Amino acid sequence: MSVAGRVAIFVGFVALILVLWEAAKVVGGDPWRVDGEVIWDPPLKFSFASDVNLPHVWEVWAAMIAPLNAGTTESLGAYLFWQALYTWREAAIGFALGAAIGVALSVAFVHFGFFERAVSPYVIASQTIPIVALAPMIVFFVGQTMTSVVIIATYLSFFPVTIAMLRGLRSPDPRSLELMRSYAASRRAVLWKLRLPASLPYLFTALKITATASIVGAIVGEGPGGIRYGLGRAILFFSQQYTIAPEKLWSAILVTAALGVIFFGIVRLTELLALRRWPEGFAA
Amino acid sequence: MSESRAPAVVVRLQGVGKTFTLGDGSTVALSDINLDIGRGEFVSLIGPSGCGKSTLLRTIGDLIEPSTGTVQVNAKPAKRARLDREYGMVFQAPVLFDWRTVEENVQLPLELFGQDKTTRARRAGEMLELVGLSDFARHHPYQLSGGMQQRVAIARALAFSPDLLLMDEPFGALDEMTRERMNSELLAIWERTGITVVFVTHSIPEAVFLSSRVAVMSARPGRITHLIDVDLERPRGLATRESPRYFELITAVREALRTGEARADETAMSAERAVAEGGIG
Repeated sequence: MSVAGRVAIFVGFVALILVLWEAAKVVGGDPWRVDGEVIWDPPLKFSFASDVNLPHVWEVWAAMIAPLNAGTTESLGAYLFWQALYTWREAAIGFALGAAIGVALSVAFVHFGFFERAVSPYVIASQTIPIVALAPMIVFFVGQTMTSVVIIATYLSFFPVTIAMLRGLRSPDPRSLELMRSYAASRRAVLWKLRLPASLPYLFTALKITATASIVGAIVGEGPGGIRYGLGRAILFFSQQYTIAPEKLWSAILVTAALGVIFFGIVRLTELLALRRWPEGFAA
Repeated sequence: MSESRAPAVVVRLQGVGKTFTLGDGSTVALSDINLDIGRGEFVSLIGPSGCGKSTLLRTIGDLIEPSTGTVQVNAKPAKRARLDREYGMVFQAPVLFDWRTVEENVQLPLELFGQDKTTRARRAGEMLELVGLSDFARHHPYQLSGGMQQRVAIARALAFSPDLLLMDEPFGALDEMTRERMNSELLAIWERTGITVVFVTHSIPEAVFLSSRVAVMSARPGRITHLIDVDLERPRGLATRESPRYFELITAVREALRTGEARADETAMSAERAVAEGGIG
């Protein structure tokens, strides 16, 4: 499909969601008011569609362009943009470190069976410990710095990469390994010429999971990490104001979602570029 | 590669046996195989499934170690020959790397042997011309038909000029017409290069058409029961496939397979324990 077609579908779908959103409020929301006067009283009352639970789309938009605080010029949207950039930096570093650790672990596992048997139980166990339990400990060890947030993002990133790469490195046909053996190829050559190229599609599948997981890690880490910036901080702050100004938390959530989509998109584009030599369907 | 010494016997198998152990059962895949293959010969190994013909081919290539006996290639142990890259291997599947183009696939062994870019490109070009795929150098394997992919695999096996070619049912997955065409092309390449070929197949016509000698094997345990000289004139072509002598030889191989089978059944009945089929192929 053409790029224009994809964009059209995306925009159309966003519009559809907004229409459904407001439709729910028409049918079962709070009374619609203009300048305090009720212009429409919905026949039904859905609790999810009340103004606190589901503010009007334009109220969220208005909040985005309105100044963050009385007396400042910076809008909520601009504020959230900078916080998103901050969070993305933490997430991206965690993503890169997590990917590097995942690749290193899986390569070591494939080459040293004893290492895999010894270490892999701990790798798996590490992922069953909830991050909310672990985050305060990491912050206690490392201090209330960006480093602790990066560690949390790394922690959530390395596991999918390890598992997928392990599968990818072991994906070559036994006969292609026999072929390499017939050439008396070294283990290094087998890794570089066969195992690593063969694992690329698996790696990118994992990286797409990791792109979003690292953002979640960074956001969750910002709270206990005591970081004064970032989307995590903004979400915590606005959730305290939710009953007074729900549109602010909604704005923060929308910006967070957009950040996830954009990061995912970057990884996806890299994948298309890296796998352009693969049969169609591999870069999917 | 070792043209200077060039022993007249390329492959020497002496008392080769192979037993696979699986759990507490064991399977005798090969038993007491003795065979000399001379330079420039085309020898087919034929037999029923599970007779160990692929296992035997793999012991020649040092992909499997025999349990007993010795395997020599160019008068050295099979392992030494493998490390010296004395043979090229072609499998039933083409085993091409999808992320590489056709020419890059052919260059793979040359890359591993540390040859420079210019040599690699020239050599790959020559090989693709030999198998008639020059126009597809920049294609990827998945863009080619099965027969073309197998030709790429042959070009790759020949790229570093080994003097032995080991082929494990290379045309087994192709349709009959493509297979016959590939047979003729392989013979043309064999005649042009003078390479020694060991060829595993379970097709009697294919074995007769291609070979200078056919080694007939029987199963349980895998043994060579007959060695049949194929005295069909060369170059062989369509006329060969229609000649009376060709049919006589096909009949001879078929009978040899049948007597081998009968003998194997007797052996199996007297065997102390029934053995699993797994592990030999």
